[in-house]
Amino acid sequence: MTPEPTRLTGTGIYRIVWLPGSDLLRGYCWCGTTQEAEDPVELWDWLLRHPEQHGGDAAPYRPVPPTGRSRAEMRV
Amino acid sequence: MEFVRNQWYVAAYGSEIGRDLFSRTVCGESILFWRTEAGAVVAMTDRCVHRRFPLSQPPSHLVGDTVVCGYHGFTYGADGVCVAVPGQTRVPRAARLGSYPVKEQDSFVWVWIGEPAGADESTIPRAPWLDLDGYTAVYGMEPLAARYDLLVDNLLDLSHETYLHGGYIGTPEVANTPITTEVDEERGIIYVSRHMDDAECPPFYSRSTGIEGRIVRWQDIEYHPPCLYLLHSRIAPVGVYPEPDGTDERAFHVEVVYAITPETETSTHDFWAVARDFALDDREVSDFLERSNRTVVLQDVTALNRLEQVIATEPEGFRELSINIDTGGLAARRILRRMAAANTPQAQAAAR
Repeated sequence: MTPEPTRLTGTGIYRIVWLPGSDLLRGYCWCGTTQEAEDPVELWDWLLRHPEQHGGDAAPYRPVPPTGRSRAEMRV
Repeated sequence: MEFVRNQWYVAAYGSEIGRDLFSRTVCGESILFWRTEAGAVVAMTDRCVHRRFPLSQPPSHLVGDTVVCGYHGFTYGADGVCVAVPGQTRVPRAARLGSYPVKEQDSFVWVWIGEPAGADESTIPRAPWLDLDGYTAVYGMEPLAARYDLLVDNLLDLSHETYLHGGYIGTPEVANTPITTEVDEERGIIYVSRHMDDAECPPFYSRSTGIEGRIVRWQDIEYHPPCLYLLHSRIAPVGVYPEPDGTDERAFHVEVVYAITPETETSTHDFWAVARDFALDDREVSDFLERSNRTVVLQDVTALNRLEQVIATEPEGFRELSINIDTGGLAARRILRRMAAANTPQAQAAAR
């Protein structure tokens, strides 16, 4: 079988794997915590928000509604 | 997206710059390039300080290591300092062209856009295969009448190969194979990988490698924003993988390199190169890859030029929809926005 694509390690590495045979994405924070989602915007939001929780009591994950950002907003 | 300043950009291939005056606009700045008699590339503002005549415009010309303006004869040295003006001996102290840090590396001429004091050559990302023993490269540049972030989107999601580049590099497996995305937040690099174990071999690879039948096809992208994009492409017969010690002599390796250099807010220099580690001296393979890749790039150019027209002429506020294939592109947009925001006057003041 094919070796797994790149697997970087270390602080500040975020990883999102599209789980084969599904439509599901699994995100890995560099701290080892993982989260699954069906929407890459939602999953990036979670990954980037997540480090604020490092070192503290992990708050329960609440999905962020898809933002459906407009191109104009993305251009900021 | 606004320009990301205080960054290195590819301005040209080294082969484009010689003893003729050469001009290229990068991030909205018109820059004059030329080579000194000793062979060094120099870069300066392409506007005479006197009446703003473009110094790349004939009859402007080089005399030794000086540029003579073709309008009134203002003459500048390689450092951009004016050394002579017509009819008088005193050269005004303010008579100097802005000069740009430049570095010739990996066949490219890189130019620093931003505060010159911040230019650190060691931070220029590398694309060594363009000028490396054991590889043969073909390359080109196509003008793109679209904003650079459309090209970033395009290159970060290769599932479009199946639809836009069928018959060249696209096969059904590209769009159908899941990707893995990684972001190195501290170094600001985005990686997107798609490994296909049993895929149709598109003509681009069957005709260049001679492989008949199905293939293992790996696409491993590294994007070093804002400018350099690398696609490590590995092609091998089905069932052939690298040895445990890392050697990989039964596979064919193609390094596809793009430099994404904004020209204006709505146009981009689309530099492309294809380097291979096989058929090194085979002119036919070189010609085929050059012709095919240029065709593929022009397919992108046609599509993105049209997309730019739509974006430019229709009201803002279109709500985009992103799906799994966009995971890498979304990461690239975020890093670019972060880099652009770091260069606002407010952010610069805060950094001081």
